[in-house]
Amino acid sequence: MTSPATIAVDALVKDYGPVRAVDGISFAVASGSTAALLGGNGAGKSTTIGMIMGLVKPTSGTVTVLGTDMARRRHDVLHRMNFESPYVDMPHRLTVRQNLTVFGMLYGVADIRGRIATLAEALDLVDLLDRPSGKLSAGQKTRVALAKALVNEPEVMLLDEPTASLDPDTADWIRSHLERYRAARGATILLASHNMGEVERLCDRVIMLKQGRIEDDAAPGELVRRYGRSNLEEVFLDVARGRREAAA
Amino acid sequence: MTFSVTRVAALCLRYLYLLVSSWPRLLELIYWPILNLLTWGFLQTYAMGSTNQTLFVGGALVSGLLLWEVLFRGQIGFSVSFLEEVWSRNLGNILMSPLRPIEFVAALMTMSLLRLAVGMIPTVILAVAFFGFDLARLGIGFAAFFALLVITGWAVGLVVCGLILRHGLGAESLAWTIMFVFWPLCCVYYPLSVLPGWMKPLALALPPTHVFEGMRAVLSQGVLRLDLLAYATVLNIIWIAIAAFAFAALLEKARDAGSLLSSGE
Repeated sequence: MTSPATIAVDALVKDYGPVRAVDGISFAVASGSTAALLGGNGAGKSTTIGMIMGLVKPTSGTVTVLGTDMARRRHDVLHRMNFESPYVDMPHRLTVRQNLTVFGMLYGVADIRGRIATLAEALDLVDLLDRPSGKLSAGQKTRVALAKALVNEPEVMLLDEPTASLDPDTADWIRSHLERYRAARGATILLASHNMGEVERLCDRVIMLKQGRIEDDAAPGELVRRYGRSNLEEVFLDVARGRREAAA
Repeated sequence: MTFSVTRVAALCLRYLYLLVSSWPRLLELIYWPILNLLTWGFLQTYAMGSTNQTLFVGGALVSGLLLWEVLFRGQIGFSVSFLEEVWSRNLGNILMSPLRPIEFVAALMTMSLLRLAVGMIPTVILAVAFFGFDLARLGIGFAAFFALLVITGWAVGLVVCGLILRHGLGAESLAWTIMFVFWPLCCVYYPLSVLPGWMKPLALALPPTHVFEGMRAVLSQGVLRLDLLAYATVLNIIWIAIAAFAFAALLEKARDAGSLLSSGE
């Protein structure tokens, strides 16, 4: 039996003037699963994530998250969601503790002090709590951003390149934490990534985008088998370069 | 979910953390008001000894300056708090949080008042002590003038924030300059009668014009003109409604253009 869809995208289209960035895509992400949007630059990943968050208005089509239409009633469910992106920062002059306090209040966390202590322990931030966020290394900033994304124990997480520009050790550490969180919370995760190893490890399912359309949609292992390749990176290159038939 | 005071307080706390962690930001709040006061205060002191004193009765020049600062700093305080989010690339986090636009605006208004208090209280004390600013003479009128000017500042600030949401930091300079369009029109230092006929309708459409006329009436005649306060109030209601509509429309345009996640660029 299939789990109910936590994220449902139906016939989604986004035009920026004459340019069609997203071209009629439909997919659903089941509750408690992790899915990836995979595609080259300009494939429509960030625009799709933006529409799912309700920050980008679709030209047509619908997005529902936790049963709520994100174009019209996103504020009804935002407290049950969170997101992380390397393209968004937290105020540099505020300490880690101050930032987490502010976001804890914004998300309506009941015991903010306790939640910060738990997150600091889990994400190895105890020694960083009273340091300004802007003085942290890239890896430390990513851990703080992850703490912010987890501050409200979200049911739905949207992650845009969650380990971009991190060294392999830190990236692995972040992925492990995400795996543990999903297992413990039963959270639904949708991520956009260029990192094939990350996608293979974290995701139950890969939605491959090219020029705003879904080119393929299956489990990572199934895609590798379907394209007759040895890993997802080779599949990605086949899709990006239009070599599906040749590969098959 | 309904309006949440906690979320408004959260955003105010974020700006307070920032203010107390940065002495240049605090200094900037009082630097320009005091600098302006000194310049115009000394000019008034000099002019009172050498020309028509009726122009300067009750410290009209300094009173005008102080109320102008309320209008200007009210708008700047509102807009700069918003700009802090854009400068720090935090806008995506804020807009993806449960904070509603009306709560965001309420926090910006609160911070505008707080920043005004930090900047204006020492400036008013200096004006009373050294330049003949007669706070008692303005009396209850000062509170009314203050409130009306702050609301006009918020209306303008709201439109500026909408433009920044839509066009990014390319519209930032408006935050610093747009209020100067009002300067010659709203008769800060001279009566409305000085303006040429074609400018008067423009001036009369601005709530601050009626406030500054009201201020001069109090200082020169000792009369609080309720008709002028009523004009300013009605105009402010219209202005804030237009500004709210413009902000909502620009926010929607920004969502349509996909510019909300890249507002820092």
